[in-house]
Amino acid sequence: MAAVIASRRARHGPSRREFVVLFVTGLLAFFAAWQALSMIGIVPRSFLPGPIDVLQTIVRLSYEKYSGDTLWRHLLASIGRFGMGFLLAAAVGIPLGLLMGWYRWLDDVVSPFFESLRFVAPIAWVPFAGLWFGTGIGGPILVIFSGAFPPCLINAYRGAKYVDRRLVEAAQTLGASGPRMVTDVLLPASLPSIVAGLRVGAGLGWQSLVGAELIVVASGVGYLMVQAQLNLNTPTVMAGMIAIGLVGVAIDLALRALENRINQNWGRES
Amino acid sequence: MSRIVYDRVNRTFQRGGESFEALNDVSFEVAEKEFVAIVGPSGCGKTTLLRMAAGLEFPTSGSVRVANRDVTEPGPDRAVVFQQFALFPWKSVDENIGFGLKCRGVKESERARIVARFVQLMGLTGYEKAYPHQLSGGMQQRVAIARSYALDPGVLLMDEPFGALDAQTRVVMQEELIRLSRLNPRTVLFITHSVEEAVYLADRVVVMTPRPGRIEEIIDVGSIRRAEGWEKLERIEEVMDQESFVHLRTKIWKLLRAYQEGVKEAMAH
Repeated sequence: MAAVIASRRARHGPSRREFVVLFVTGLLAFFAAWQALSMIGIVPRSFLPGPIDVLQTIVRLSYEKYSGDTLWRHLLASIGRFGMGFLLAAAVGIPLGLLMGWYRWLDDVVSPFFESLRFVAPIAWVPFAGLWFGTGIGGPILVIFSGAFPPCLINAYRGAKYVDRRLVEAAQTLGASGPRMVTDVLLPASLPSIVAGLRVGAGLGWQSLVGAELIVVASGVGYLMVQAQLNLNTPTVMAGMIAIGLVGVAIDLALRALENRINQNWGRES
Repeated sequence: MSRIVYDRVNRTFQRGGESFEALNDVSFEVAEKEFVAIVGPSGCGKTTLLRMAAGLEFPTSGSVRVANRDVTEPGPDRAVVFQQFALFPWKSVDENIGFGLKCRGVKESERARIVARFVQLMGLTGYEKAYPHQLSGGMQQRVAIARSYALDPGVLLMDEPFGALDAQTRVVMQEELIRLSRLNPRTVLFITHSVEEAVYLADRVVVMTPRPGRIEEIIDVGSIRRAEGWEKLERIEEVMDQESFVHLRTKIWKLLRAYQEGVKEAMAH
């Protein structure tokens, strides 16, 4: 009997209510263990600040300036920077990927460079980003760009390359010519893959942010964290980490919603 | 004049350095407003023949002419209905049916009028805004047929259009196709491997043998249909009960069988 129930669970996964219960339980247990660990005093407070400490820091940082600004203003500066780098990556990566998928010669020209460069971690661009574009706006954008660009390009490329041949033929027999073929067949056919690339790219771009902000002087969560680290202010470092994590989740949820919507309309399982 | 003429068509494919012959010296024509079905086992090149008329493939030698012009590219004067429907998943039923008209630059209002007519004609009322994945296979193929008819093409090319449907749906679609082709007679080339379907629908049936694909025989069904008054019978099973139908079906079966026995014998030796 128990085995039957277990196997049924395994097939269907937990229900929505079970999921909420499990999620909340896990969260509470985690924070309780964390708080206990920091209260018992096996580890010094500066080594592992407790959750209550961190929460207090977050609240304080939201009205008190640290390293020149409040946490929210730092966060806003980071999001703005991320937005620019990410949009730039999408604006260059998607068209280039699509064209590479459609035109073999372009694929042959770009691929060797792209294939080797995409294994260079975004953080590795930091020295040159600062050198070439300065520590103002250009440098960090290049680092975020280098994180977000490869997934945008690769997924657009795959989307364009593996368009269902039959749909293209059907469109041809219905009289679709150049521009109409692009807008009504090739682009929509690639869209699920493009959006999947955006989602992965946004994640990697946001992750590259701290690295990017190591070379920024005046603002950003990454900058805040570096400053706090220099002052051994570990609760503030952790507050920055939590802020980064939460914004990351929010970005991912938004893009996932977009992805689901498209897959639904396209009749694909998501 | 939307006649299809195959003149000494040959087609060889290259595969792994070897070339093999897919079609060998195929000549026949589909007259204006005639319904011709091609039957034959898989690998006999029947789909290749259809794709040549569509402008999606080309003969190695010989010529394929539609409306007295060599076929050089696909075009809306030769609508194709594919076995796998090939509907645009991101377009609603309405938009799928109207796509060819949109490509042709037909005005929105005119387009809506034509689409509405075919929605009604194909029994799709109420599903105009649905997406293909929300429809059954039979419904999807109705959309695909409507999409082809909406362009008012001179030539209709149907590549096993009912091959992916279950038996009951298939029968319904066959009856509807007969109804539709009586309403709007077209030059139709219809590929199938169902002998019954071919005899039920076609004026003439081209029987092919594979490797290399060539024409075994062309059977005139139209004259028998008219003489025996099949048109007066409402239902497909009534037609299939006719002695004349059974006779024709058996005749074609024997042609296909004779070929297979030949293969068996050749393999035994």
